Amino acid sequence: MADISYRELIVDGLWHNNQALVALLGLCPLLAVSNTAINGLGLGLATTAVLVASNTTVSLIRNYVRPEVRLPVFVLVIASFVTAIEMGMNAYFHELHKILGIFIPLIVTNCIIIGRAEAFASKNGLQRSLVDGVSVGVGFTLVLLTLGGMRELVGQGTLFDQAHLMFGDAARGLTLRIEDFPGMLIAILPPGAFIGLGLLIMVKNLIDRRLAARAIARVDYPQGAEGAANP
Amino acid sequence: MKYRDAILIAAAVLASFAVLGTSLVTFTHAMTKDRIAENERQALLRSLYALVPQESVDNDMVSDVIKINEEDHLGSNETTVYRGRKLGQPVATVLTTVVPNGYSGPIKLLVAVRYDGTLGGVRVISHKETPGLGDKVEESRSDWIYSFNDKSLNEPPLEQWGVKRDGGVFDQFTGATITPRAIVQAVKKTLLYVRDHKDALYDRSPTIENQG
Repeated sequence: MADISYRELIVDGLWHNNQALVALLGLCPLLAVSNTAINGLGLGLATTAVLVASNTTVSLIRNYVRPEVRLPVFVLVIASFVTAIEMGMNAYFHELHKILGIFIPLIVTNCIIIGRAEAFASKNGLQRSLVDGVSVGVGFTLVLLTLGGMRELVGQGTLFDQAHLMFGDAARGLTLRIEDFPGMLIAILPPGAFIGLGLLIMVKNLIDRRLAARAIARVDYPQGAEGAANP
Repeated sequence: MKYRDAILIAAAVLASFAVLGTSLVTFTHAMTKDRIAENERQALLRSLYALVPQESVDNDMVSDVIKINEEDHLGSNETTVYRGRKLGQPVATVLTTVVPNGYSGPIKLLVAVRYDGTLGGVRVISHKETPGLGDKVEESRSDWIYSFNDKSLNEPPLEQWGVKRDGGVFDQFTGATITPRAIVQAVKKTLLYVRDHKDALYDRSPTIENQG
């Protein structure tokens, strides 16, 4: 395990082992909060912050915590960070905090975080755990942001609506609006979340398959004859 | 003996992390609590001033508050009444009416009633109505909620306090009649309640509330 390079760690977190698209973890917040891009981004960043903090801490204490009590200790660490971050958001992003509501405290129960603590941070050094936390967190955030953007665009014909909640009044101009498009309700409703996530997974698998085909082609025809094998 | 030691060490480790975690939370709470309280106060003030213009009052509406229990009239066993005054004269009250019969659960409103019985306005604070249908009662989704501005029990007359389908003057939405109907009825009941208890609402001394 210790042999994986940082580059591989990052690519795994963002793509090959993307926790939302491959492991399908953290679905409850993923599906519930991805109704707009800004909501998705907000929750994604909060989750990333918790993940980085918990991975770092768990990695630092991994040699001192006895195995029998490691899970309660991890949960304690995660819950403390989540509560602290929730208070911070309430203080500095009050409106966004109101919209995300219960899903911020629920980050505690996001399986991605305890999963990375148990499967990675408790077995790896500080730097690697930090890199893993950032890349897994960013991977999760990107999925939330993409899914949120898709649902918002199809569902209400806007993109980055209410951007000022996160970036201040200067960001009001970020909001894109398709004129005369009332939106298709289904994208905003819960089924839209499932359909959207399904589409994202499909696209990822298609890309992976094409990359794999190309890799095989490269082995078979070292002289750069990919086009023949991959029409 | 060895076995007991292991248990004790495990317990000590767990306890020390509990202490550390609690300290982190306590510390963050101490750092942020003033700002959070101020945020909440500002957010409340903004929504109150949207209904009762800031220049029309000179008291602190967030503190000049009474709590009343009028479930039959106002939909909840604890309704907060914010009171606006200028130079000691009553200007308007803002009530946290609850609509008990929304399409999917209660809807919380802010209803501002001026001293002369006209509505300063109505806002929906929270609801669980269907996105795209019932949620048009939200200020950010449509202008419907503004149709209450300046209405009173005389204008329109009492029997026309309903949605158009019921012979009233207020619009319903295509595909969603229940939500607007319930809100119109709740606002009407609030107006009737305020008319009958007008002076009592202004005269009672403010409820002292604990911070937080």
